Amino acid sequence: MMHAIQEELGFVPHEAMQRIADALNWSRADVHGVLTYYHDFRTAPPGCHVLKLCRAESCQAMGSEQLEAHVANKHGAAMGETSADGELTVEPIYCLGNCALSPAVQLDGKVHGRVSSQRLDALLLQAKEQKTNGTGS
Amino acid sequence: MTTIIYVPRDSAALSLGANEVADAVVREAAARNLDVQLVRNGSRGMLWLETLLEVVTDLGRIAYGPVEAKDVAGLFDAGLATGGDHALRLGKTEELPWLKKQTRLTFARVGVTDPISTEEYTEHDGCQGLKKALAMEPKEIVEAVVASGLRGRGGAGFPAGIKWRTVLGTSADQKYVACNADEGDSGTFSDRMIMEGDPYVLLEGMAIAGLAVGATEGYIYLRSEYPDARLVLTTAIERARSAGWLGSNLLGSGKAFDVHIRMGAGSYVCGEETAMLESLEGKRGIVRAKPPLPALEGLWGKPTLVNNVMTLAAVPFIVDKGGEAYAAHGTGRSLGTLPYQLAGNIKQGGLVEVPLGTTIRELLYDFGGGSASGRPIRAIQVGGPLGAYLPESKFDTPADYESLTAVGGLLGHGGIVVFDDTVDMAKMARYAFEFCAIESCGKCTPCRIGSIRGVEVVDRLVAGKNRLADEALLRDLCDTLTSASLCAMGGLTPLPVLSALDHFPGDFEKA
Repeated sequence: MMHAIQEELGFVPHEAMQRIADALNWSRADVHGVLTYYHDFRTAPPGCHVLKLCRAESCQAMGSEQLEAHVANKHGAAMGETSADGELTVEPIYCLGNCALSPAVQLDGKVHGRVSSQRLDALLLQAKEQKTNGTGS
Repeated sequence: MTTIIYVPRDSAALSLGANEVADAVVREAAARNLDVQLVRNGSRGMLWLETLLEVVTDLGRIAYGPVEAKDVAGLFDAGLATGGDHALRLGKTEELPWLKKQTRLTFARVGVTDPISTEEYTEHDGCQGLKKALAMEPKEIVEAVVASGLRGRGGAGFPAGIKWRTVLGTSADQKYVACNADEGDSGTFSDRMIMEGDPYVLLEGMAIAGLAVGATEGYIYLRSEYPDARLVLTTAIERARSAGWLGSNLLGSGKAFDVHIRMGAGSYVCGEETAMLESLEGKRGIVRAKPPLPALEGLWGKPTLVNNVMTLAAVPFIVDKGGEAYAAHGTGRSLGTLPYQLAGNIKQGGLVEVPLGTTIRELLYDFGGGSASGRPIRAIQVGGPLGAYLPESKFDTPADYESLTAVGGLLGHGGIVVFDDTVDMAKMARYAFEFCAIESCGKCTPCRIGSIRGVEVVDRLVAGKNRLADEALLRDLCDTLTSASLCAMGGLTPLPVLSALDHFPGDFEKA
């Protein structure tokens, strides 16, 4: 149920908690417990684009930390934060199962492998342009 | 004449632009008025060659790779349809040394067939195991699995047949098969590749498991990081129901088994079997104390067979060809094959299915070709974030359950992450604790608190103010985690930490 709400809205609003609790015959605390336990669920809307950077060992072996620093410096969003213009949210993820092609990232739900700083810049630019043209998600 | 061209839809291939390559194939074929049938197959496992395009010719299937969308027009110009010469031409796929040296039992169809085609599955020996299982007594199926020597491929390595026996021996109004597809270990992707590349083999394995233990319902607990696998599995389940491979009347036998998918939500510890059951029930993924074993009281309190994707996917072969045919591979008590996964700083990363007991060195150099950076390989981590870091001196160890345990490591899910000589092992040790702190379910104190204290102690040790005392404290803390944690999350975090410290002490003495 929380998956469905987040898929629809991009996050699970606080106001939804009581209604989820009523539907499941749970307490509000139970719902809050589940919602805050799992990394995937958000209780506030994310930026226009969500970039998940893999932080696991395999990607570290191929320079994911440099990638993280690059995003923070150039695109203004540190790990776990949204850029000031609300364009980009950067979240950590622990393994996308693309470890032979590290470092891996997931941008708006799509996985990319062997991502260099330049390639990431191009991907972000492309995502923003698609949005402007109204063809992106 | 129709030319058949294969372009993988495995998500590793997609991450390098396989969809764009597929689009280009369609576009270029249309522009040239060529009759081309595009098949989206799974990946052959040679992930460094993705996107690997194959064309069916009189000679057999010819491979080209790594192909980018911009290369496709040139390939057609070079006579792709007849296997024409080109800089990216690799030769006959089945003759490529990487594939030829493998023993593909579980992955026999992956990359070969269209993953969601029920016809191709049947043509390539699919459903033979299920057919035989339907004609067998449950006990016979279980004994075939016992005879195969198959052990839990999720990481724990518990003999699968014994677990099946336990569930079969219970009596209950409802039993379940729960497939653990929460493949969270860094450096592993074999579950993902089979779910995307040959989903029916998993569904068939689950159905056989259901018949063997008396369960009529199965759940796949799939991690949310695998949206492509979810799409493939969803389609496969629908088609398998239509084909009578799942549902209330398996192949007309009157016996029932059905499968449902439940999605995870980004929690590593939910790969632990009892946390997974909690999560399947819709709750926080908190580890349960054992006993009771899930085999006796699992999902919603009912007897539940919990197995990893790889374990269940090995079952159709075992039931079809016999437990002895599977046990003919491997060594000692590590029988059968294992799909190893080569990851991290590796030149030729991908999936290699070979008999258990293949040495680490063969995997790293014969298949992997050394590091991606070209620098010496300094350390590897086998078995995910809870596996040990091993130095070059251990590379001749056979990668099986017992041999790895003997050198202080573990096989886990068969993933090997490679690091070159630029790695800072003190940092990796710190990360092991950091990861444990982030992912701990919080139920037991050693894991919840110990992981955070661990990060602090590693920081102090590296700062070097009181090295001897801090090292003693770190070892003491690791001892507490090892002996007093409820599950492998806290219990095995000391493995990467202490192996880094023992094998690479210099990295902790830089200050």
